[in-house]
Amino acid sequence: MSERTSKKVFSWTAVNTVIVIAALFPVLWILSLSLKSADTVTDGRLIPAKFSLDNYEGIFTGSGGDVFTKALFNSLGIAIIATLIAVTLAAMAAYAIARLNFPGKTVILTAALAIAMFPPISVVGPLYNLWRQLGLFDTWQGLIIPYMTFTLPLAIYTLSAFFREIPWELEQAAQVDGATPFQAFRKIIVPLAAPGVFTTAILVFIFAWNDFVFAISLTSTERAQTVPAAISSFTGASQFSAPTGSIAAAAVIVTIPIIIMVLIFQRRIVAGLTAGAVKG
Amino acid sequence: MSTPASTVAPAVSETTDPGRVEKPQKKALTERARAERKLGWMLCAPAALVMLAVTAYPILNAIWLSLQKSDLRFPGQSEFIGLDNYVTVLSSSLWWTDVWHTVVLTVISVAIELVLGMLLALAMHRAIFGRGLIRTSALIPYGIVTVVAAFAWRLAFSDADGGFMPGVLRSVGLLGAETDPLAQTSTFSTYVVAILAEVWKTTPFMALLLLAGLALVSDELHEAAKVDGATTWQRFWRITIPLMKPAILVALLFRTLDAFRIFDTVFVLSNNGSNRSVETVSVLGYNTLLSRLNLGLGSAVSVLIFLCVVLIAAMFVKGLGTNLAQQRGE
Repeated sequence: MSERTSKKVFSWTAVNTVIVIAALFPVLWILSLSLKSADTVTDGRLIPAKFSLDNYEGIFTGSGGDVFTKALFNSLGIAIIATLIAVTLAAMAAYAIARLNFPGKTVILTAALAIAMFPPISVVGPLYNLWRQLGLFDTWQGLIIPYMTFTLPLAIYTLSAFFREIPWELEQAAQVDGATPFQAFRKIIVPLAAPGVFTTAILVFIFAWNDFVFAISLTSTERAQTVPAAISSFTGASQFSAPTGSIAAAAVIVTIPIIIMVLIFQRRIVAGLTAGAVKG
Repeated sequence: MSTPASTVAPAVSETTDPGRVEKPQKKALTERARAERKLGWMLCAPAALVMLAVTAYPILNAIWLSLQKSDLRFPGQSEFIGLDNYVTVLSSSLWWTDVWHTVVLTVISVAIELVLGMLLALAMHRAIFGRGLIRTSALIPYGIVTVVAAFAWRLAFSDADGGFMPGVLRSVGLLGAETDPLAQTSTFSTYVVAILAEVWKTTPFMALLLLAGLALVSDELHEAAKVDGATTWQRFWRITIPLMKPAILVALLFRTLDAFRIFDTVFVLSNNGSNRSVETVSVLGYNTLLSRLNLGLGSAVSVLIFLCVVLIAAMFVKGLGTNLAQQRGE
């Protein structure tokens, strides 16, 4: 029996090792690349021959000016504001969907489902045109608006799945005690819903932080350019080669918030992504 | 862009919502019910308006623009030309080549992801230790910025960018001395790298969707089958897979639609869209709209991509619908 157990432990150790290596290898590669010195960055070695922080120094203070620092600030600002608005609007809608009886519920859910499947590239052209006319091109608002729109479906579905789990009776009790439906919403449901809201916020933030299509189409300068767009427009020595060192260092910096979130909130992220699926 | 499975599930369960039963009583709306209705509409209105304004209006605008001869380099010269832009796009070999690239990338990546995602889901479900560890590791590819992931693969495989993979591949004889795996002429290896990048990035998402379905398969069924002498393999195919069918279809739907819209990875691997060896329809749309500023033709491409997505979704929803209907019939 103990031999069987140790065999099991051995094979699970092997499986886990394979998964961890497969998941982390590309990240470790880009980290290694970012730590190479300028003269060895394209030497094709897996591990740096000489460790240096030149690439990091380069993107924060180097010849490229403050392109990256500004992009990082834009990315953070835009992602945070889009998350706050999207989660607020979605929480209102999800509360109504999970708790109230009103005609038109199915319409909202169907519309959200349709938008979840919508190809962003199909609206990029008209938005580019419209944003230039409205003066929203290359501004924070110009990116916040599409981000909150395209994350609303995800937020509404995730939140309404969480809201369905909240003990309904508490709200009714509050209403029996004389609270209006809105008071019951604000004072009873909001605190109970906080964990679900938080999870949704993480997922929305990851989407906004990640986006590339809107970022390269609707911005052109460091006024609103986010990190993914900035990285792709870093200029290299020639037209056909990328400025490897700067890209790698910038890549590591934008990955850090994601790794921190995943490490702290992995349980929540998994719950959020699978919420509701179990009910199906 | 990733969307959770939850997106389909509640919509489906909506048809069995107990709230529906109350419909006949509509006429006798109490004061409270009326207030509830009003609150419901008020709470949903902002989200509904935003979604409508930022998707419905632009897509209608795209349809309108696609019927115009409109080029932003020559403003003031737009005119209505009917379906001419569609004729131009559909009769160009470039469009069909790019559709083919997109279909190849979608079908192969999603097929590999389904197999690997299932294995990963089983590992996350059954692991006797280290579940937290594999879950955390798997979430890193999910969360990482797609552009960053694409650069990690490009900088590893591209000779021009000094990657380590060409050396490795040459030492085992898989790559010629003069070939750059990501050069304009290396279509096959560009496909391989694009698929690897896509599979690495999205398998965890597939696995999480499947994991939710796996949780529905009861242990008792497995125990009973075991007592009856079924092998692990038989139990997987006869019990796990049939019970997970709806979850598998939902996961496939979302991943197929996502893969069909593939943009970031291909854009980065093709040196900002300039290498056209595996150009996809989204990259073509972007290039026509924003590099060549041809709003008319670009909008026609956008509308065609939109129609492709609707078609794929309709096929899956039909499959999903019949599947659910069969289950209810039993």
